[in-house]
This record gives sequence, structure tokens and C-alpha cells, in this order.
Amino acid sequence: MAAYKPVVVQACPKLGERITQDTLYWRGYKTPVQIKEFGAVNKIDFSPVPPYNYAVTASSRVHIYGRYSQEPIKTFSRFRDAAYCATFRADGRLLAAGSEEGTVRLFDIGGKAPLRQFEGHAKPVHAVGFLSDKYRIFSGGDDYSSNLWDIPSATEIVSYSEHTDYVRCGCASKVNADVFITGSYDHTVKLFDARTKSSVMTIEHGHPVESVLLFPSGGLLVSAGGRYVKVWDVLKGGQLLVSLKNHHKTVTCLCLNSSGQRLLSGSLDRHVKIYSTTSYKVVHSFNYATSILSLALSPEDETIVVGMTNGVLNVKHRKPEEKNEESQKRRQPAYRTYMKGRTYMPKQEDFCVSKPVKRVLRKYDKLLRSFQSSKALDAVLEPPIMLHTPEVTVAVMQELHRRGTLRSALAGRDEKQVNLLLTFVARRVIEPRFTPVLVTVADMITDIYQPVVGQSAIVDKQFLKLKEAVGKEIDYQEELLEVLGMMDTLFATFTEKRDTCLEENKSNGLTEIIETNRNF
Amino acid sequence: MVSPGALRVVRCGGSALRGARAVYLLCASGDFVKVYSVNTEETLRLMGGHADLVTGIQLNPHNHMQLYSSSLDGTIKLWDFMDGIPIKTFTVGYKLLALYAPASAEDSVFVVIPKKGERDTFQLVSVKLTKGAGQDLEAKELSVVLDGVGASVKHIAFGRGGAYVVSVKDVNLQVYFFKRKLLNRFSLSTVKKKGGDNRFSCVVCHPTEDCIATGHADGKIRLWRNFHNRKEYTYSTLHWHHDVVMDLAFSMEGTRLLSGGVESVLVQWHNESSCQKDFLPRLGSPIEYISMSSDGALCCTLHTDNRITIINSNLRFSRSIQGLIKSRDVKTGLVVDPRTKALVLNGEPGHLQFYSLQSDQQLYSLDIVQRQYIHQAGLKQSDLVKVAFSAQGTWLATVEESEEVTDPELQLKLWLYHEETQSFRLNTRINTPHDNHITDMCFRDMDELGDDSLILVTTGRDCVFKVWGMVEDADPEAQQSVSWSCDFVGSYHNYQATNCCFSEDGSLLAVSFEETVTVWDSLTWDLKCTFCHPPGNIRNICFGRLTCSKYLIGATDYGFLCCWNLLTCALEWSAHLNVVVLQPDPLSEHIAAVSWLSKESSLFVFKPNEPRPIYIQRNLCKEKILLAAFVPRDEPEMISSEKYLWLRKSQLFFLTDTQELMTLSTKSLEERLTLSSKQLAVEESLPVTPFSVLLGKHRRQQAQEDIDLGKPVVHNKQEQASPAVKELLHTPAHVLPSASFLCTIFINSLLISKENKSAEEVADEVEMESEKAEDDSDEEDVTEMEQEDTSHMELLGETTCKLSKSQEKELRKIRKTDYSWISAF
Repeated sequence: MAAYKPVVVQACPKLGERITQDTLYWRGYKTPVQIKEFGAVNKIDFSPVPPYNYAVTASSRVHIYGRYSQEPIKTFSRFRDAAYCATFRADGRLLAAGSEEGTVRLFDIGGKAPLRQFEGHAKPVHAVGFLSDKYRIFSGGDDYSSNLWDIPSATEIVSYSEHTDYVRCGCASKVNADVFITGSYDHTVKLFDARTKSSVMTIEHGHPVESVLLFPSGGLLVSAGGRYVKVWDVLKGGQLLVSLKNHHKTVTCLCLNSSGQRLLSGSLDRHVKIYSTTSYKVVHSFNYATSILSLALSPEDETIVVGMTNGVLNVKHRKPEEKNEESQKRRQPAYRTYMKGRTYMPKQEDFCVSKPVKRVLRKYDKLLRSFQSSKALDAVLEPPIMLHTPEVTVAVMQELHRRGTLRSALAGRDEKQVNLLLTFVARRVIEPRFTPVLVTVADMITDIYQPVVGQSAIVDKQFLKLKEAVGKEIDYQEELLEVLGMMDTLFATFTEKRDTCLEENKSNGLTEIIETNRNF
Repeated sequence: MVSPGALRVVRCGGSALRGARAVYLLCASGDFVKVYSVNTEETLRLMGGHADLVTGIQLNPHNHMQLYSSSLDGTIKLWDFMDGIPIKTFTVGYKLLALYAPASAEDSVFVVIPKKGERDTFQLVSVKLTKGAGQDLEAKELSVVLDGVGASVKHIAFGRGGAYVVSVKDVNLQVYFFKRKLLNRFSLSTVKKKGGDNRFSCVVCHPTEDCIATGHADGKIRLWRNFHNRKEYTYSTLHWHHDVVMDLAFSMEGTRLLSGGVESVLVQWHNESSCQKDFLPRLGSPIEYISMSSDGALCCTLHTDNRITIINSNLRFSRSIQGLIKSRDVKTGLVVDPRTKALVLNGEPGHLQFYSLQSDQQLYSLDIVQRQYIHQAGLKQSDLVKVAFSAQGTWLATVEESEEVTDPELQLKLWLYHEETQSFRLNTRINTPHDNHITDMCFRDMDELGDDSLILVTTGRDCVFKVWGMVEDADPEAQQSVSWSCDFVGSYHNYQATNCCFSEDGSLLAVSFEETVTVWDSLTWDLKCTFCHPPGNIRNICFGRLTCSKYLIGATDYGFLCCWNLLTCALEWSAHLNVVVLQPDPLSEHIAAVSWLSKESSLFVFKPNEPRPIYIQRNLCKEKILLAAFVPRDEPEMISSEKYLWLRKSQLFFLTDTQELMTLSTKSLEERLTLSSKQLAVEESLPVTPFSVLLGKHRRQQAQEDIDLGKPVVHNKQEQASPAVKELLHTPAHVLPSASFLCTIFINSLLISKENKSAEEVADEVEMESEKAEDDSDEEDVTEMEQEDTSHMELLGETTCKLSKSQEKELRKIRKTDYSWISAF
């Protein structure tokens, strides 16, 4: 004897983006806050210490924003021309910035006037950074030189003039206090050691380098330029590990997330792509309104700040973790209650009374079990089921059709219900996974309600909608068939095999179509 | 030697009856009466002796340890079902269609026999069972009680205390009162209005009151009262069933009435009122018979699919006894599960049954369709049509389709064996894999190549064959790591693909397209070559195995069996044979072909490399054989004869169109029966009283002590003892000679005399073999092929004979001396 078997609802794999853990994680941000800056935002840098303020370099100012403030909490505006690349020191107390006039300025977070000015570059300085010993600054300028400065004395320690074009980006190693790298428009990335007089390593990127990044371990180097993001193994002497080409315009900025597991790249094509650093596959992608120039991620991935060419700063905060406080408040029965009597072993004289396991059935299943077809159909035509899980509605319709009672279940409905039914059919009949069932349903409805057409304006409207939907779909299918025909001809002309295989190749073309059909 | 006997006759002939005290369940099954234990569901005893279908069984009302059975062969047998011994056989001389043994009739039983000279007219007669001394008695004293009765058991019932008999036929009800010799006839209107149909389907009588319950073709149940009066009779109607009421049964007190029908719902009516009723729904298949136990504690229903369900008195499902489930149509064919060696075929609607041949039991039933089955006539049901196992039994592919011709609603499902739950789990479901019906399906699977080699090929009437392969899921967080998808679609001149088959090494795929067989390279999916033997479409194809793997065998529906050589791409040989089933043995080169010609099936076993068959069995059975399967034996059987060597590694099973499962066996019937039937456990037939419970406890304790004291040693000896000792112990004591006489023989038999024994055995074997050789020469047939074959056989037989004849004399001498040696004691 078998128990009642519930209706099987066919789960169809959804087309499009797959929902992964990454998608869920990166979707967990609130709607962005937009802040208008005075010019293109060329650099955003987070302070490494709480409360994680961030410095935004745009036009001739450097603004410091608090975590949730939409107004700058501090402004450095002692630049005559554009400022570039304002960067925090590792303790978050000093800030260095390059400028159009060729000087590098060092600010105290508390004060307003620069503490030091490093003069030596003849052209604008686009790249500035602190070495990890905190007492030295490196800079790269449009005069093709990369310099190293001593903070206490404000003097130049060493100047490397090895690049043959503008130096536009740089990065210091966190592991070694003497190592820093700079990327240049001469398509190379050079690695310098402050203890030597020349560069230690040169990596040929192949495109003007817009951004460089060193992994926290110092072993891997990421360079971005042109449409490419390339990852290099520094310890193997600059061997190319992987080359990523996921943007269709120049990649302008790079950033690692706090755990170092994900790499983010922003591009002029308005996208931010997130890669896994293990597989180097794109796991998620953000879309922005205009071309992206700069990008930063706060510690713990709390905030994503993106600066764009039109001077808009886009700030996204992470949604607070949903705490199930309510459910926690509701006191669960004690563990004791659950375990009570579970371990009891019946003795020989005991008479065991088994308690039947209660099975929970959905409402439509209960009705179907008692052969109430019409009510079962009513149950699945309720808006929550019909709108959110149309597959359930269709599954019940199919089951009714199998039982031969679909016609009687559809018949005898009033204007409102027919309207509801037709709305559903007209909307879903073109979905390939529902088409076979809903065509039958539509057929029956038109059969049953043919005599009353013209009596109700609402129902007539729905019938017209249905007609329109089906007509559109037919046109679409015809077009598809035309395309298929063209493709077949193409496949046939491509074939260079023997004549016997001609047929099979044709069907190869068909295979793909069949497969896609099946995937629907 | 080879007996094409049915191992199990899958026919439900008679009603199921309950023995005393609800310990045994008796059931007529084909030519046998089966005794089941209610508690363990085991078949305790198989009582055979009737030459034809057993039509009725009734407990002897005067001795509840005895059983009457009637059969179509015209005999009534009285059995002691505890021991399975036939006590008496009464020859009536007519076909007996039903049997009744009311308690009131002293020494006679009632049977239904066909009326002389008229077809399809039956009469109820009482047979006087003479009390003779011998076993076989004539029972010719017949007196007609009622004329024009129905042929079914369900159409006649005996009333309270056997005072009257009721018979129903079509719309007429007859009541005959024995004392008054009065016959009352009632009839209902024949007009069918509002879907009503007044024809009777069954009748039962109330055990304590004058009340008759009748079931009708439209699902109504009528309760007749006051039928002593021809005019003022009354009836009330109960109606729940929507189709024919198949059977009715009253409880012992008559307060409850049970009814069942095609809905497979058991309905219990209380106090003959229609408002109080209980249901036991979803019993699996239509109910054919309902039977109550004599103490009223249990009831059992017999279903159309060859299954017995035992139900408690409070209408709770208790247990079910099931063997091979009979399904409406075995579409899947006979498939052998490589893991359990069980036979796999359609079971309950939408289920796949795994039937163990060794234990004659259903191992389990796998729900494939996973949908509620509605028992309703004219409904398009979806059912399982194709099944395929991968070589190791890890993957199972099933195809299900609905019965609709235009839109078959196809589904291909792939199941992965799950080690923990020890059953198959659904892995992939593919909707509409083909646009039209799927005709064949097979796996390619080689052990040495690993999992990558596993592909599935399906052929469809939509003129293509499709290759399905496994795809690893890229996402590591997904629930399952693999799923299946289509790899390749092939077609040939827009012909319908009918069969597919992989060669043994998996490198070649043969697909038949109507008249043509195409051979494809399974690596590149290039068409290699085509074979054709016009006219006629290809019905079956298979590759040869082992040494014959270069041959491809095909059978056309125009009556030709062809063998193509794959190396030369030419026809090797062909034979004119209307092959229905072509089945290769997975463990040897042999291929079995079953032909169907003018109402008889014949079996041919051959090797592809020689056109002469190894073995021919003409007239295998009268029914058409639809399916066949080789089931690998657990261990190769010792087969002495060269002729039956092909049966050594695997056994051949057939399924006929009447759903009887048959096999070929070299053993005799008795041997098989002794193997299958078990010693009946002695169960007390005393009712359980508080006193007996006390006593029983005491006895059990004693028995326990006995066992502790060293009985097991005795048992062991018995097991090892020779057949002579066994015979000695099993012969009833009163026929044995005195113990002093037996003592010496008994002790001698315990002595080990190795040489003598083996010698005797050899001699026996030789004798048998020579007999066989003679048989073979007798059998020599018309066909030239076979003549050659048998002569070859004879040669072999002779050589063995020659070798042994010299020995034989010696052995006889030894035997003589042996006897004298014994007699000297």
C-alpha cells in the first residue's frame, strides 16, 4: 500500500546568471550614495586604521570623507593645479599627494598646511606612495623618472630614470621596505630596490600600464593596461601567470579585497569586474553609469567607492547582516523535551504503538487527493502561487489534464476567474517550459468560453492579448527558423570532410539547437 | 532431460482462503495450491498434483486441517495441507469451474460444471464424495441443483447454515431453498439509464441473517432481504464504487461488509448503512478477491497483479505477499541487474520491480514515474517503456511515456546507485529527449576505461539516434557533481532508428534504421559501413562476443537471420528463420534466438562463427515468447552433457505473452521442487488460551534447555548423513521394520566407504549418459543442420561410452561384492 504521491513540480534551471555565493556576497550592498566632486576622481585611498576614512583626489583638492558622511570632513586644497594620488601612510596619520606642478606634498591628517614638499620632478607627478618602513616616499612623474624621498630631511635619496615614457602608477611592497614598483606608459613595469642603483626587474606588459598592484605576500604582481589585466609571478623572475581580458575598454584601476581572495578591476567600459584569485575567473560584475577612473574597497569590504570621469563619487555600503533576533527571542523547546523518551528501548513485554508520521501536503495536493479538481485549480490560481511559482500552477494543470478532468475544472467560472486564468495563460504561454501544457489549456478555454465571447469587455481584452502573444511568438519562431536555415548552409559550406559525413555535420548544427531547447 | 517447465506460473486462479486460526494462507496458483505463513509471508508448501488449473479451494468444514481443491482436469482432491499430502482424489470427469463446501452438506460438495451439449452454459451440481478405501476414487453421483449459473466462483453463494444457495447471472438472481425445494427468481431491468448497469458481478450471503449482498457492474451494492417471498422482497442500495464491484465479503458476525473494485480501494460498510463507511485506499492495483479469516481477525485481498495483501480487522495494512508482479504489459523487456542478478521488469504501474529468481521474491520496487496512479478506465497513463543498466549497475536509465499516440510526453531519467541507501537516486531528468517514441536504448561501459567511457545511446522514431554523455558540473557547490547531456545526434537518410547495440569493446555502435544496419565509430561518430538484407526491416541486432566479436547478427521481420563479418564487411551466412527474440549471452559466445512459427515457439542456440546451431528445442511452448534474458549463474553449473554446455555459465529465462516466466533446466522437476519447498514448521493448531500460554512458556523453556544440552551436535550429524539415513528418518515409523534389523544398516551407512560410493556414482552417470545419447538419436530432426549437429554430439557421447564400458563391468563387479559384504552382516 502506498501513500499519496504529491504532484511533481518540475524544476527548470533558470537561464542567465547563476546564483553563487559570490553573487550573494557582492549583491549585499545598499543602493549607492552619489557625491559630486569638482573634477575627474583620479585616486581614492582608504585609511588603513579605523574609522577607515578615505581620501579622494579630484581636480585640485584632496577630500577626506568619513565612513557615512556625504560631506568631506577635511579638505586639502593647497594645490595650484590638479592634485594626484593622495595616499595614506600605513598608520593613517600622514598623507602624500603628487601634483601637476611637479611637487610631492606631505600632509598631516590633523593639519592643513603641508609638512614637507619634495621638489625634484620636472613634470607632473602622478604616482606617489609610502614605503613600508614609513620614512620614505616614492614617486613617479611625467619626466619618466621614479624618485625616492626621505621624509625627515625632505631630500631625494635616489632617482631612477629608466622608464622611457610617463610613469603613471606605483606600488610599494609590504614585505620588503626597500622594494617598490612603478608602471609606465612605455608598456613596462619596473621593480626597484632602494639599495641598488638600477631596476631589479622589468616586466613587459604590452600596453601602457595604468595601474599596478602587489599581493600582500609580495609574490604576485598585477598590472593593468589596455584591455588587459595581467598577473605575474615575481619570485619566478616575472613570469606571466595569467592574462585576463574581460573588459572591452582600458582598465584603469585595480584593487584587492580585504581577504586577498578577490581581485577587482575598474575600466573605462563602466564595469567593475571581480575575479577569484584562485581560478582567475570573473565571479561577479558591477555596472556603473560612466567610465571608471578609480576604485577602492574598505577593510572588511564594508564600502566600495568608485570614482568616475565625470567627477561623481559612487559610494556603496554593505547591508548590515540580517540578524534573526526575532526567531532567537522565541524560545525553543529545551533539548530535554526533544530527547525525552527517544533513547527508551522497549522491553519484551511492552506493547509498541507506532505513531504514524504526519505528512504535510500542500493545499492543492490535499484537494487532488480527494479528487476535487476545480478547487485544486482554484488553489493554484491564487496570486502568490500564480505570480511567484507559475511552475506549480502549470504542474497542477498538467496533472488535471492527465486525470482527464482539466476541462471540467476550467469550465463554469465567472468573469473574474476567467480573467485571472486568461491573464496567466497569455503571459506564460510563450515560455517554452510551459508552452505544451498552456497551449492545451488555452485551447480548452477558448472552446469552453466561445459562446460567451462579446459579453464581457474584460474577458474579450484578455482574449485579444492572448492572440497577440501567440502571434508574436509565431513570428519569432519563424525568424529563428530562418536563422537556422542560414546556419545550416554555413555549416554545410564549412565542411571539408568526406561526403558520407555531410549529413552528420548538418545534424551537428541541429544538436546545439536541440540542446538549447532542452535547457529552457 | 531438459524440461521446459514453468518455474512459476503467474496466474491467479482461485480465491485465497484462510486456514485455521489465521496462521496459514492458502491460495490456488496455477496448477498448484500454495500455503503461506501469515506471519512471515513465506511460502511454506507448494502442493502440486493437479494436471490443470486449480479453480477452487475450500477448507473441509468437518476437519479444518483438510482442504478440498478442484481443478479443470476434472478431479477434486482432499489434502492435508499441514503436511502437503494428498489424501484422496475424486475423479468427476467434467471440467470443474468452482467448488463450494458448505458445512450443512454432510458428505457432498458442490461444483460448477459445463452443461452437456451446450456451450457457455453451466450448472451447479452436488457431488457425493464416496467413502472408499483407496486413494483414487470415482465420484460419479451428480445431482443438478441449479441450472444456468455463472462460471465464476463469485457468482454463487451459500446462505446462512447452507439453507439456501444464491446464484447470479447477468441481471437475474436465483435463490434455491434446499429444505423447501423452492426456487425464487428475481430480475432487475436490463435498461442502462444514467450510466447505470444492473448486471450482477458478485454475490455473498450474510452469515447469520437472511440477507444477500450483490455487487453490480455500475458499482452499486444491493442488499436483498425477505427474498423468501417472491413478491414482497426488498432491497437497499449502497453506492460508492464508480466501476464494477469485483468482490464482496461479510465479516464473521455480519456487521461489516467489505467491497473492492478497480479503484483499488477497500471499502468497509458498517451495519449495512451507506453513511458509515471506512476506506483503505491506494492498495496498488485492482482488487480481484476478498477473503476473511475464519476468526475474523484478518482479511486479505487478492489483486490483479498477482499479489496478496493482508489487512487487519481495524482496516490497517498489515503485510503483503508478492512474487513476480504482473503488469499490464512488459514493455521494458527482461533486464538483468548486474548488481543483484535480479530480473528487472515492469512492476506496478510506473514502478520497476527487481525480482530475485533465487528466492522467488520481489527484492524491491523502484518508483520511476513518481506520480499518483489513478485507477480509472480510459485514462492515458504514463508508464515505463525502456530500461538499461550500465555494466556495473551503477547507472540506470529509464524512459517513460504516456499512452497518447500523438504527444507521448517522453521523459528520460538517469539514476545513480547510492551506496548508503542501497537504492537508485534520480540524477538527471530529460524532458522530451526525442520528438517521437524511443525504440531502443543502450549503455556503453567498459571497466578498463573508467567513467569517461560511459555513454548512453537512444534511438527514436523521429529518425535520429542521440548520444548522451556525462558532464561534470563546474560549480563545486552544486549538489551533484555530474549530470547528463546530449553529445551527438546522428541520422541516416531520414529512416526511423529502431535498434542500437555496442560492440563488446565499445568501439563500434550499430544502429539499425529500418532496412539498414549502420555501424558508427564511437570515438569520432563517423559512419563506418552499412549492412542491409532486403526485404524487411531489421528487428533485432547484436554483436558477437569474445572470440566471435567480429560478427554482427541481425534478424529481419521478413524472416531472415543474418550474420555479417565486420572485417570483410560481407555477409557471412544467413538463415531463414522468423526470429522474435535475439539474445546474446553476456558470458559466452552463444546467442539464443527464439522463433515463432505457426503457433509454436522454438529455441535455437548458436555461435556466430558457425552457421549450425548448437542446440535446437522445437515446440518450446504454445504461447508466443516475447522476451528472453540470460541470467548469469553465481557459480558455473556442472553440466555433463556437451549439448547443454551453453547453459553452464548462465541460465535462460523466457517471458511469454501470458506473462509466464519460464526457464530451461537440466534438473528434473522433483529436484527443483525439493529445493524450493521447505520443511513446514510445526505450528500448534490449538487456540491460544491463557492456560496454553502458560504451558507454552514452560515447554519453550524446556526446549531451550534441550538445545543447550547438545542437540546441535545431533543436528550436524543429520545434515552430514547420507540419503539412506535421511530416508530412514523420514519414513513413518509404522512402515519401518524392527529396530534390531535396521541397526546394522544404519551403522554401516555411517561408515565411510569412499571408493565404493564414487564408483557407484560414476556408473550411474554413465548409464544416464548413454540413455541421453539414445534419446538424442531418437530426436533427430528433419533439418540437415541438426542432423550434422547431433551426429557430432553422438560421436562425443560414444567416446565417453567407450571409455567407460570397460570400467562399467568392473564397477558392476565391485557393486556385487559390495552388496554381499553388506548382507553378510
